[in-house]
Amino acid sequence: MYTQAMDTMPRDADGPKPLRSAEEQVLQERFDARIDNGDFIEAKDWMPEHYRKTLVRQISQHAHSEIVGMLPEGNWITRAPTLKRKAILLAKVQDEGGHGLYLYSAAETLGTSRDQLLDALHTGKAKYSSIFNYPTLTWADIGTIGWLVDGAAIMNQVPICRCSYGPYARAMIRICREESFHQRQGYDSLLVMMQKGTPEQKAMVQDAVNRWWWPCLMMFGPPDDQSPNSAQSMRWGIKRISNDELRQKFVDATVEQARVLGVTLPDPQIRWNEERQHYDFGTIDWSEFWRVVGGNGPCNRERLATRVKAWDDGAWVREAALAHAEKQRTQAKAA
Amino acid sequence: MTTTKAEWPLWEVFVRSKSGLDHKHCGSLHAADPKMALQMARDVYTRRQEGTSVWVVRSDQIVASDPGDKDMYFDPAEDKVYRHPTFYKLPDAVDHM
Amino acid sequence: MQGSISLGNDPKFQYLLRIGDTTLVLGQRIAEWCGHAPVLEEDIALANMALDLIGQARAVLTHAGAVDGRGHDEDQLAFLRAERDYRNVTLAELPRGDFAFTVVRNTIVATFLKLLWEKLADSSDAELAAIAGKAVKEARYHQQHAADWVARLGDGTDESRRRTESALATAWLYTPELFAADAVDEAARASGLGPRWSELKDAWLAEMTEILAEGGLAVPGEQSFVSTGKQGVHTEHMGHMLSEMQHLQRAFPGGAW
Repeated sequence: MYTQAMDTMPRDADGPKPLRSAEEQVLQERFDARIDNGDFIEAKDWMPEHYRKTLVRQISQHAHSEIVGMLPEGNWITRAPTLKRKAILLAKVQDEGGHGLYLYSAAETLGTSRDQLLDALHTGKAKYSSIFNYPTLTWADIGTIGWLVDGAAIMNQVPICRCSYGPYARAMIRICREESFHQRQGYDSLLVMMQKGTPEQKAMVQDAVNRWWWPCLMMFGPPDDQSPNSAQSMRWGIKRISNDELRQKFVDATVEQARVLGVTLPDPQIRWNEERQHYDFGTIDWSEFWRVVGGNGPCNRERLATRVKAWDDGAWVREAALAHAEKQRTQAKAA
Repeated sequence: MTTTKAEWPLWEVFVRSKSGLDHKHCGSLHAADPKMALQMARDVYTRRQEGTSVWVVRSDQIVASDPGDKDMYFDPAEDKVYRHPTFYKLPDAVDHM
Repeated sequence: MQGSISLGNDPKFQYLLRIGDTTLVLGQRIAEWCGHAPVLEEDIALANMALDLIGQARAVLTHAGAVDGRGHDEDQLAFLRAERDYRNVTLAELPRGDFAFTVVRNTIVATFLKLLWEKLADSSDAELAAIAGKAVKEARYHQQHAADWVARLGDGTDESRRRTESALATAWLYTPELFAADAVDEAARASGLGPRWSELKDAWLAEMTEILAEGGLAVPGEQSFVSTGKQGVHTEHMGHMLSEMQHLQRAFPGGAW
């Protein structure tokens, strides 16, 4: 998921430390009770250091994913085939920027700053969702991202609206409210091409689905038995459903949607399992996943370079704004 | 290389979506000056809906106290909203922390 | 490959195209910033502006197509004309440049459009008046946003000042075209469709002078070059922009989107 990087870190070297004082013991117990009770933790409340660090990582990686995610889709804004589609895509990418902003804002309540978080992204220390390391090669990729990638994201995001950390939960509620049109519009764009389009358009859609299907399944992260940090995150209510469960839910929903679209999912092993009451599906090539997560996907270097360039190119602008603000303040004082 | 000193300050945003309602805190953003903060707050948090009222306040100007279990206070003397590194003014000599 | 559509020459149609094309092309240029702005908040602000302009373009081009009476909709007009049939002012089609160029150009065009939309709110054409009523609020906001940035960059650091002065020197070359008079303007004036664009010059210059002064910038001197985008004769930049914008419609004739 957008926070799949949490699962791809080794078991945390600086995991929970043994508590030192009796006072901390009490605080920890009260904290655990609040978590178990389903209460919200707010910015100024006592929290274990490990909880705080995990949240900063998770929220910021989610934010980075939104920002980097603007790039593969932004790639087609100037080439959108109609003015309506151009406006829809621009609005969607703008929303993603906004979502990144809400999430950076939530992360900052935990004692870090936007610049520190961006520095972690730009230097490669912080990760973002692997899915955005794939290229958008045709217009149909845009609709496919809306259908599959946003579909997967929504599945993951809704449960987090009830996570234990207040600012994160509130950011997620705002995000989910705005997200509703993203998946619908992507699917609608594909449906129009499949139902009313030319043979070339239909072929373009099928080609996009062929390329995005497996990477989308990988979005949900490694299998549960290879995700060492999940249990703690679930205990704290910042992750509510397991990777495999979400992945299965996604496949079940999407197979039906693919049928309506009239596209073939590139997995001959997809078959309804009457006993399990779920769709069986083929084996994911996890070597590709680890390769992409490790920095060797098709677009990793480009994506990061683009973000770094935008930041570097903008340095003089940010400095000028601060200089101007300082001048205004000085003038106001003198007046 | 960006240092926290060169960062645009953080502002909290409060929006009244309809007359008759209170302003509600909806998040934060970075802006260099008050005018920018207000414009950005509109662009980010209201997409410029007419008739909404927007307040922006520098985060370090907010004085806060959290009610609730006072035994849970991490530091009773702490009256700022967040544990934000830039809220703490250090002498230049040690400002690299 | 999808060929170009052919259009009429009615001055009312041409007047509308000048407006619709200017907002379309400028919207396209601003949209290029998405994902590349100096700060995330600005990405969102610029996208808002681009969305407003594209919205204005859609409304005006739809109306223009109806006026031309050949059954062309907003997309056929936006994506299937030959370069020579686009009537945007040249200033709009110039590449987005650096952030200084973008905010300087936005200030110039937003100030102009604001004044134009204000007059068009009284147009004898009810549809155009309605479009103008909404668009003028957007133009006011765009002008405010861009002008504030001109002040920050003009009176910020040495580098920002240098870049802003350079941007201003370039952009100003293309401003005489905004106010150049011709038969299309005369027809619009006569029918009550809208003002001669030359009538907007004094107010525009007054506002620009004030905005530039906020940034400690001098109004560049007059010179004799007049660009010709309104007549359909564009710069070398236009062809590249149109290739990009039109590509899918050209490559998938009869496509459904």
